[in-house]
Amino acid sequence: MIDTPRREVAASGTTGRSLIIQLAAILLALAAFAIWVATANLSSTERATLNSSALLAYTGEHLALTFVSIIIVLTITIPLGILLTRRPFVRASGTILAIANFGQAAPIIGLVVLLAFWLGFTFWTAVVALVAYAALPVLRNTMIGIQSVDAQLVEAGRGMGMSATSVLLRVELPLAVPVMLSGIRTALVLVVGSATLATFIGAGGLGLLITTGVNLFLPSVLVSGALLVALLALFIDWLGRVFEHYARPKGL
Amino acid sequence: MSATNTTQSNDQASRTILLDKVTKHYPGQLKPAVDGLMLEIPAGKIVMLVGPSGCGKTTTLKMINRLIEPTSGRIMLGDEDVTDLDGDKLRRRMGYVIQAGGLFPHMTVAANIAIVPKMLGWSKDAISKRIDELLDLVSLDPALYRDRYPKELSGGQQQRVGVARALAAEPPVLLMDEPFGAVDPITRQRLQDELIRIQEEVQKTIVFVTHDFDEAVKLGDLIVIFGEDGQIVQYDSPERILAQPANDFVADFIGAGAGLKQLTLARVRDVQLADPVTASPGEKGADVLARVQQTNHDYVVITDGRGRPISWLSRRQLSRLDTIDKSKNPDLPLVAEGSTLNDALDAMLASRLGAALVTNRSKALVGMITFDIVMKSINQLRADVQTADDESPVGTNTGSPEVSEVPND
Ligand SMILES: Nc1ncnc2c1ncn2[C@@H]1O[C@H](COP(=O)(O)OP(=O)(O)O)[C@@H](O)[C@H]1O
Ligand SMILES: [Mg+2]
Repeated sequence: MIDTPRREVAASGTTGRSLIIQLAAILLALAAFAIWVATANLSSTERATLNSSALLAYTGEHLALTFVSIIIVLTITIPLGILLTRRPFVRASGTILAIANFGQAAPIIGLVVLLAFWLGFTFWTAVVALVAYAALPVLRNTMIGIQSVDAQLVEAGRGMGMSATSVLLRVELPLAVPVMLSGIRTALVLVVGSATLATFIGAGGLGLLITTGVNLFLPSVLVSGALLVALLALFIDWLGRVFEHYARPKGL
Repeated sequence: MSATNTTQSNDQASRTILLDKVTKHYPGQLKPAVDGLMLEIPAGKIVMLVGPSGCGKTTTLKMINRLIEPTSGRIMLGDEDVTDLDGDKLRRRMGYVIQAGGLFPHMTVAANIAIVPKMLGWSKDAISKRIDELLDLVSLDPALYRDRYPKELSGGQQQRVGVARALAAEPPVLLMDEPFGAVDPITRQRLQDELIRIQEEVQKTIVFVTHDFDEAVKLGDLIVIFGEDGQIVQYDSPERILAQPANDFVADFIGAGAGLKQLTLARVRDVQLADPVTASPGEKGADVLARVQQTNHDYVVITDGRGRPISWLSRRQLSRLDTIDKSKNPDLPLVAEGSTLNDALDAMLASRLGAALVTNRSKALVGMITFDIVMKSINQLRADVQTADDESPVGTNTGSPEVSEVPND
């Protein structure tokens, strides 16, 4: 054979290692935090805010905000993104992307507060703001992922007698998965961070620690809030990476 | 599988393709890409569409399987009007091969090949058996390659899988769009030889697009030459196109060395070979020399017990030998019966004797080929073409008056 075949050497080893390091760092930081809370010399007000059941409740609220928002983002933007790559709708894609761009470009804090005056100071208002904020990366990556599938492959599929839908489901979407997943991970990290602002409209989450820390001048509470948000964001990012790693189609 | 065989492959008439005044006018373009094309593609033949880039070859090919809808005209597959059929169902009956194979990177070789049979509802066992059969057909070991992903294959191997995938559901028709355009010349040559061999086995109606005239000559039973504007300039057998180019455009397209190109059309087994004197190890040198002199030859071929040539000796070498030994000359100019005259000429030029020995499948000597024989067969080819009056196939464009039948003066 003149042109010799190349067998792929597992390139996933380095990815695997960096995933383990990221998780270890997160767990280590969390353990250090737990030890500090348990042993530090805290005032009674600080203790009242930083007890484990309260922390768990704030984290739970934060995660609820995050996942409800992201699920709504996915159910809206993925079908929309797919639709905008279909021939009759390609023309609308510029307009829709501009709208999504606006959602992300607007300062999230302004978005949250303005929406609250209109929709009320509730959990769902925060969700609406977060959805508007995080839609762009998922929408854009869905479209880019599909558009960057080699046109030859789509044609090969149609040429074999696969229907347009079948080509979409069995060729275009599987090949777009890596790009789409990285968009989803970006959106997740955006939402985890921005959900901190929900506290300004009384929608809870770990942001409460930060506002409490500022209002009552309790630096340890403020720092705890910031640290937990950061760790949660890193953890979500880690989950996303793990998922990306295993959901990526073989052979790519 | 017997059912598919009898209903599809053996029915000659249903595999003839007829393009009847087919026109494709892309929206927003001044001139049609394909204009009033009339073309008959006989069943079981390889028809090559060749011409400069942009002359409408791909458009023509894609209209046959309706990836592109013609603006007007009819396309018949046997006695069915293709334009009346459901596009997806039609395409499952026509293999389609594109450059670089178009394999799906996220599917294994087996999964790629299985696509059309699955859509047609074949059983798992039948599909699995068929995959092995096809990989064997394209010379890839099923045990090694079934479960590989395309990126684990070389370009040539990917292209082979592409051909296997297109043949999977035994379509009567195969459409190929510059399939070997993206591989290196040596791999391309091997893939071409392979296609010739496969076609001997499967006897499909193949429409093959290329911009490489040499490829067209090598593979085609018939060649359609398109001009710059997409009009058919000549539609004929490669022999006749080489011997009688329709006009200067075709002559230019053939390029230099039409005679040499004809040599790729004839096989060694098709010509009358010369009979060399032979001898076996152990015979007396003087006896053999006498035989050589008697028959007016200058050389003798020594063959082993199974008739395989081991050396080739001159009179002078013979005269110095007491008995003929078994020593083997590794540099003998050998060609197989199936080689083209072009290959034979190569071997002859490389040898000092101006001739080459021809062997059969078991490597036994069947004769000798010389420059004289090659020259004679070139002349014969020319003469055959001149006298042959079997009809040329139908192929014109009604839409391009500048090449109508009116003699140009
Ligand atoms: N989808 C299309 N839309 C508009 N014009 C096209 C399209 N496809 C091909 N063409 C035009 O039609 C002509 C023939 O193209 P094509 O059939 O691809 O030629 P070839 O395969 O011989 O190179 C070219 O001028 C090309 O620009
Ligand atoms: Mg082309």
